[in-house]
Amino acid sequence: MTRFTPPVEAIEPFRLLDTSGSPLGATEMSPAATLEAFEWMLLARTFDEKATSLQRQGRFGTFSSVRGQEASVVGAASALDPSRDWIAPQYRELPAILRHGMPLENFALYFMGHPGGCVIPDGVNILPIQISLAAQLPQAVGVAWGLKQQGKDGVVTTFVGDGASSEGDFHESLNLAGVLKAPVIFFLQNNGWAISTPRAKQTAGRTFADRAAGYGIHGAYVDGNDLLAVNAVMTEAVERARSGEGPTLIESLTWRAGAHNTADDPTKYVTDADHEAWIGTDPIERIEAYLREAGELDDAARAQIGQRCAAEVERALGVAQGTPAAGPSALFDHVYAEPFARFSQQRDTWLQTKEV
Amino acid sequence: MPVKTMIESIRETLADEMARDERVMVIGEDVGQLGGVFRATEGLQTKFGADRVVDMPLAEGVIVGAGLGLAMSGMRPVVEIQFLGFGHQAFHQIGQQVARLRYRSAGRHSVPMVIRAPFGGGVRTPELHSDAFEAFYAHCPGLKVVAPATAHDAKGLLTAALETDDPVLFLEPLKGYRLQRDEVPEERYTVPIGKAQIVREGADVTVIAWSAATQLALAAAEELAASGVDVQVLDLRSLVPLDVEGVAAAVSTTGRAVVLHEAPLTGGFGAELAATIQQTCFYDLIAPVHRITAPDTPYPLAGVEDAYVPSQSRVVREIKALMEVAP
Repeated sequence: MTRFTPPVEAIEPFRLLDTSGSPLGATEMSPAATLEAFEWMLLARTFDEKATSLQRQGRFGTFSSVRGQEASVVGAASALDPSRDWIAPQYRELPAILRHGMPLENFALYFMGHPGGCVIPDGVNILPIQISLAAQLPQAVGVAWGLKQQGKDGVVTTFVGDGASSEGDFHESLNLAGVLKAPVIFFLQNNGWAISTPRAKQTAGRTFADRAAGYGIHGAYVDGNDLLAVNAVMTEAVERARSGEGPTLIESLTWRAGAHNTADDPTKYVTDADHEAWIGTDPIERIEAYLREAGELDDAARAQIGQRCAAEVERALGVAQGTPAAGPSALFDHVYAEPFARFSQQRDTWLQTKEV
Repeated sequence: MPVKTMIESIRETLADEMARDERVMVIGEDVGQLGGVFRATEGLQTKFGADRVVDMPLAEGVIVGAGLGLAMSGMRPVVEIQFLGFGHQAFHQIGQQVARLRYRSAGRHSVPMVIRAPFGGGVRTPELHSDAFEAFYAHCPGLKVVAPATAHDAKGLLTAALETDDPVLFLEPLKGYRLQRDEVPEERYTVPIGKAQIVREGADVTVIAWSAATQLALAAAEELAASGVDVQVLDLRSLVPLDVEGVAAAVSTTGRAVVLHEAPLTGGFGAELAATIQQTCFYDLIAPVHRITAPDTPYPLAGVEDAYVPSQSRVVREIKALMEVAP
């Protein structure tokens, strides 16, 4: 019998590929699924680069790029079935919501400040992009609980970051999910930074994944820049949730290769050495090396994928830029299911006034 | 017609609606086994099962936030906040998430959700339970806020709140839970959300109130009648939507308006009413709009709450003084 819990020893994240993309053992993701995932990753990178360039020219709004976290996000999303599973995103998970059915032009419109960006097509099981950190977690637990209550077999995955793990909603949600055995996966991307606050100032804990034990739920600590490892862990967590065995907290250890958002200057707080360490493990280069080594990708196929991504980004940005500006009526759309006199009168007044 | 207490009316309405629609769930602290600290949900868990009447971990934020998720998934949750004073710990979910989800999802997600919370003073609770913070919530576009004063309206408004696809904050008078008794029809009915009601006719002055304050206004009106002051009482019933027409119609018949609420003066919902009244019936007024409220101080410990919550004698005194104001 001991008075205190024993000290924890350092652990390594689960990985299936080394940093150069060589398999460390057997892999589970099929070649077709891996290639599809690679394309989602490249699409996100292509969009980020184009949108960042447009933002610098004043033609796109402030947004947070997923650069560096593509394997983490896509590895998670690729384990989901969009027809029955749900995603409760934060704001840095572009390829996950695309794969789940969100049109790229809607994402672009959202970050261009156009209310059309809020549109979630019918049948696309996504919660709105969340800006208030961790506020989507209670809702994700609730959706998962409701699906279970209705005898549906959907699983909810919610994305959260190392910074947001300090919010009260994080604790409250993992705790409730454990009590309810809700079919929900908390996919925590530890990208090292909460704007300028490093991970070490967020918690003194060994890992974020360790917290799972305190809630009586499953935890996993995975190399988030290893697409195959993330997908393997997620697939297992999804199966467990679907079969009624409850929630999982997955810590995906990754690196925010870009700025917090286009208004941020990470040179003020990220050292060159930190950044160099990441460049050695760029998740796209890593999975590309694996695919080439496995004989699944050659220069011609790679070029085709690159062209498809560029064309899709061009198409979506074209649609977004060609969308007519929203007028003041957008202020009043969808506020209430059943509007009322004072509300409707305000709307009429706003619409009659031509000047803002 | 059977006479019921406020708490009986709420409990029976919940039971009726749960029997009628299996999507209706009740979640909150102590709502299951115990039946709620005020017994508003007594017997529901036995009748409908522990998966529809659910005792939650003590965390208001996730109680509301998970309720929001339940609503998105297709359920119609009734979420109990044990005391509105604890609503601060859920305010980020209510004000920013629940109220705005429809807007933020461009209509994709509806929020058919009712948040029930007792509020107001007069029952000697421990500290931090009894505040009347209704104005905070009335300031959150997307949310509807109702506050019935009678057992009859509690049933009708709760039924209406469960029918609408908008989120509704349903405020219950702590003091009125057992004190308030009135006739409640057995059959199902709704009271329209957003309609005030004149509950006492009078020619001299209109008192506008909601929830427990309506009963205080009625009692004060009876006392004032003996002094020859004929008081009209308008029970607002809904804060959002505000029945602007109903308020204007009532005040324009008397020319004197008193707003009575338990919340502090500054930024209270009475300010909204005073502004609305001067905008809609300025030329009918023969005296300034008067507010009878709590002072701008924190809700006190129980030993001094009688000095804080507006009393009948204070209402009578201030209305008499208002009657002396000449144009």
